[in-house]
Amino acid sequence: MAEVDIRLTLNGEERSASVEPRLLLSDFIRHHMRLTGTHVGCEHGVCGACTVIVDGEPQRSCLMFAVQADGASVETIEGVAPNGELGPVQQAFHEAHGMQCGFCTPGFVMSLTALLRNSPDADDDELLDSLSGNLCRCTGYVNIIEAARLARERMNGAA
Amino acid sequence: MPPDGLIGQALPRVEDERLLRGAGRYVDDIHPEGCLEAAFLRSPFAHARVTNVDLSEAVRAPGVVAAFDGAQAAALAGPLVFDMARIVPEPVRRSVDPLVRVQPMPSLATDRVTFVGQPVAMVVAESRYLAEDALQLIDVEYEDLPVVVDPERALEPDAPLLEPEWEDNVAIAFNFRKGDPDAAFAAAHATVEERFRSHRYMAAPIETRGVVAAVDPFDGRLTVWASSQTPHLLRDFLAGALGYAPDRLRVVAPDVGGGFGMKGSIYPEDLLVPMAARELGRPVKWIEDRAEDLASSTHGREQVHRIALAADADGRILALRDDIVHNAGAFTTLGLVVPYNSLTHLLGPYDIEAVDVRMRVALTNTGVTAPFRGAGRPETVFAVERAMDRLARELGMDPAELRERNMVRPEQMPYATGLVYRDGADQVYDSGDYPGLLRKARELVDAEELLAQSSEERRIGVGYAAYTEGTGVGPFESARVSVEPGGKVIVRYGGASQGQGHRTTLAQIAADALGVRFEDVEVRGGDSGELAQGFGTIASRTLVLAGNAIVEAATEVRERAKRIAAEMLEISPDDLELAEGAFSPKGSPGTKLPLGDVAGFLSPFNPARPKGESADLAAGSIYRPSTVTYAAGVHAVVVAVDVATGMVELLRYAVAHDCGRVVNPTIADGQIAGGVMQGIGGALYEELVYDDAGQLVTGSFLDYLLPTASEAPELRLAHLDVPSPLNPLGVKGLGEGGAIGPPAAIANAVEDALHELGVVVREGPLGPSRVRELIREAVKAGHGKVNTVGS
Amino acid sequence: MKPAPFAYHAPDQLDEVLALLGDQDHEVRLLAGGQSLVPMMNFRLAAPEVLVDLRRVESLRQLRHSGDGTLAIGAGVRQSALLREPVVTDGWPLLSEGARHIGHPQVRSRGTVCGSLAHHDPTAELPALAVALDARMVLASASGTRERSADEFFVSYYTVALEPGEMLLEVRFPRCPAAAGWSFKEVARRRGDFALVGVAALVEAGDDGTVSRARLVFCGVAERPFRALDAEQAVVSGASFEEAGRLVSEAVRPMGSIHASAEYRRECAGELAARALSEAWERATGG
Repeated sequence: MAEVDIRLTLNGEERSASVEPRLLLSDFIRHHMRLTGTHVGCEHGVCGACTVIVDGEPQRSCLMFAVQADGASVETIEGVAPNGELGPVQQAFHEAHGMQCGFCTPGFVMSLTALLRNSPDADDDELLDSLSGNLCRCTGYVNIIEAARLARERMNGAA
Repeated sequence: MPPDGLIGQALPRVEDERLLRGAGRYVDDIHPEGCLEAAFLRSPFAHARVTNVDLSEAVRAPGVVAAFDGAQAAALAGPLVFDMARIVPEPVRRSVDPLVRVQPMPSLATDRVTFVGQPVAMVVAESRYLAEDALQLIDVEYEDLPVVVDPERALEPDAPLLEPEWEDNVAIAFNFRKGDPDAAFAAAHATVEERFRSHRYMAAPIETRGVVAAVDPFDGRLTVWASSQTPHLLRDFLAGALGYAPDRLRVVAPDVGGGFGMKGSIYPEDLLVPMAARELGRPVKWIEDRAEDLASSTHGREQVHRIALAADADGRILALRDDIVHNAGAFTTLGLVVPYNSLTHLLGPYDIEAVDVRMRVALTNTGVTAPFRGAGRPETVFAVERAMDRLARELGMDPAELRERNMVRPEQMPYATGLVYRDGADQVYDSGDYPGLLRKARELVDAEELLAQSSEERRIGVGYAAYTEGTGVGPFESARVSVEPGGKVIVRYGGASQGQGHRTTLAQIAADALGVRFEDVEVRGGDSGELAQGFGTIASRTLVLAGNAIVEAATEVRERAKRIAAEMLEISPDDLELAEGAFSPKGSPGTKLPLGDVAGFLSPFNPARPKGESADLAAGSIYRPSTVTYAAGVHAVVVAVDVATGMVELLRYAVAHDCGRVVNPTIADGQIAGGVMQGIGGALYEELVYDDAGQLVTGSFLDYLLPTASEAPELRLAHLDVPSPLNPLGVKGLGEGGAIGPPAAIANAVEDALHELGVVVREGPLGPSRVRELIREAVKAGHGKVNTVGS
Repeated sequence: MKPAPFAYHAPDQLDEVLALLGDQDHEVRLLAGGQSLVPMMNFRLAAPEVLVDLRRVESLRQLRHSGDGTLAIGAGVRQSALLREPVVTDGWPLLSEGARHIGHPQVRSRGTVCGSLAHHDPTAELPALAVALDARMVLASASGTRERSADEFFVSYYTVALEPGEMLLEVRFPRCPAAAGWSFKEVARRRGDFALVGVAALVEAGDDGTVSRARLVFCGVAERPFRALDAEQAVVSGASFEEAGRLVSEAVRPMGSIHASAEYRRECAGELAARALSEAWERATGG
């Protein structure tokens, strides 16, 4: 199939590319843009490992075609704290030991970052609603929930 | 236990920052220049003769470089045979005289397929998209064969045979007997007998399996990156199957996104991808997709137990009988491992004199079952711990009280069960306080207040499960500790991390053993190029085996460094102390000779270097344990059951655990919590379901339900550490323990909540529909009465 | 698990969308949120030849509250709007509450309201909510638009009253009676899963303190949203909510699946009906 030209903002930088329409956004990010921090765990929109922020909203990059991101602003884990210190959500995952193998972690960080930017005072139920859109097989979630509360506390203070 | 140096300190993980920035390096992140991608055509039938595989259209499809069928693959490599699986230690043979039939597994099916998802053909193309396009052009002719899915049915005389040249489907069988169970049952005050089924579920790590292979055009050496728990074993296997000398093959397990046993097996793709890279002269990658993972990666857990207990009037268990049928799936690649674990963990923490166990392992037209976090223990614990609760009910005793009465007491340690462990040693529990664990779990779960809130509509119950776990099984693990001239310490070990935090915990151990600062230690694992020998991270073994290997190697390095430092300072080695990475004469802490300077002194460029000393300040060690060390735990859970909807809610979950000396409490707690959640998944949500035709009904994450954060209970943990006397560190393994208890504990709690209705839980998972079915059946049988709108 | 090739169009005018959709020679599918379609394409259970993406059509992204009190939701409006827009949360709290049960934020932020309605998984919340709230569906094709009631729109599993070349342009919810009490109850295996059984209930209290009007619509118990007419009538005639629940259980003929047997769904529908009626009644009477 004919390739389609797309332009998008990726982690704040203007990028353009020519892609086959069927190319998944997750594959575009990982293999064409070489940003491998976005992970792929199920490719059917359940595990959330591929979650990125598109125009301010957390979304599954395995359920989007790259062509759909034309004109959009996409943020991946690499864009959360490009230089220097970890962002507040990342720091909270470290301190609360909310991660083990690290494979699901970028997806959780992106989901929570989007949530707490949009609603810094999200209640516990909203936190759980967001966290439940990402699967983790290592931690048993207890420390992830702790990390989410810690991040909320800090982002709330900063807001 | 208070920290002792760095051991016992909750140091933050050194792994995290890289992973948090998205800078991890997992197999799919490795993409050598010109890398091709493979896709596999898999059998849509559970049992069929393959009469023709036509690749002609597929090889002409756009972007396709090559395609292979079973015959072509067989000519180039394989099949998959694991000689280690056939080995039965002589003491095990004397104890249970097992039948062990291990089949070779073809890399790609040749004449027959025996389970849905078995690989039949491989396409290698310029991209995964193009490879999958070509799969649709492959024409395979199948002739249906009769299917058997249920392991008990597979043992019936007229069942379809998985291996036509065998007389039946029994792959493994053994019996164990001690004491006089018949007399005990005849004399018993009370007996119970039930059929309990541990259902099939699986590891399903969020990162699926994956392999990348590339031949270096400079020297022809083959490098394989694999999402594996056992890179060294994979290297040894590939060397044999592909005809490489082991030193011309390097297997690397980079960052691995969870394994839980599933990535401890060796699979057809692990062989076929390197084979293709060698044949095609280009790098080849295959990343398992989720549908492939659910159908074709190893499953776990499926066993049926017909178990009976006999007790006297005081609740003292006199005898245990169990007739176990284990579903192997279509192949038994790992031999005795899982079914024999079920035998050696059946008695758990209990002191039972008379035992009669029969195990039969049946081949069926289903996915292969193999070790999955617990590996035979959760299955057996489900049966025994359910039977304990049935017996308590029969005796009118509190189930915790019944357990405590029958537990091996601390003063009985070391305690011999009368069984022989899989490694050939007599099974002797080395240390532990089982009644103490039970009391601690009861205290933590603090059930009374919650139980008081029980009502007709929302019934609350408490459940327990106790278990032992042989951890740190041999044969060996290796480590190498070296001090670089700058003072940096590099620790290489033969295992691989899938998230356990080895770079942190093993550095704690090494820094302590050597006398250097934690931040000066770098831990490297998962790479056969770094260390020639290794076994791998499976079976709760790395802390015990690699940890102690590191202690041995570090001790040797320290002693040698001390000798050289003494020469440098011209004093006696006995007068030197090593702390924080520097030697000081005793009593003169101001004078410091850094360890790195000692290493530098050995440099070949140093004209003053001592003659006859090797240039590296390093030592290697192979740690071979005498046998396993026994971790143990007691789980306690309080559940609420909505009687009308059947929904089970976990109100509180408590674990009292003994993993010997704890190296890093935060990481240890994380291991337990993660294991518990996998067990909760099995208890309430996860099940791999096959229909009668052998089709996997739960082939996606829409039907195979992993628990989420919303399903996580309040968790209370305590460590009751009884150091192991068997190894210098005093540690026991802890990777699997958390996953062993939940299916039994939760089933016990649900039955307790619904006991007035006469409900008996015989299998999981306890989704709302099954719970309602149990209630309906109990009410129909006249055990109890309940008013709900719909019934 | 990669999708098969397709041709892609993202026109910015509705006319162009409808013209492309009218192509009878190819399998054409609309792409809105893609939360149902893309998974099926990744599994290659769906392999449309042409995808027409709605993302550039500005007019479809509107959520309008018109003078007569109607809420009109265009084909491009995300499900998250139902939870976020005060006009919805204040005026159609049942719709908002029901939408809370759709997947997770990462799904609702992309999935569209009309996409879920047109996809018509009978265990999904939105089709049942549309029937419960007497929604009107606006169907458009190159030859014009027509309107159908939600009740007429949902035919059977994954089948709706769209003709070839036609799309669901908009869904319109008439004003929700301010005095109506409402409730949405659902049982699912895990949070965010499709319902095993779910029910949307609306109750109005008459001047005499009895139920003057009741509405009960279920997901998960039939091949389409199931309205429990007998139970609604019984409640208005003075039957207890438990009695209404029993009537529901007698009336439904659900299918079983690996996650819940038919028998389970039958009894659970009755139980949820009683609970939802009771909660709705409390809200209606300010209890």
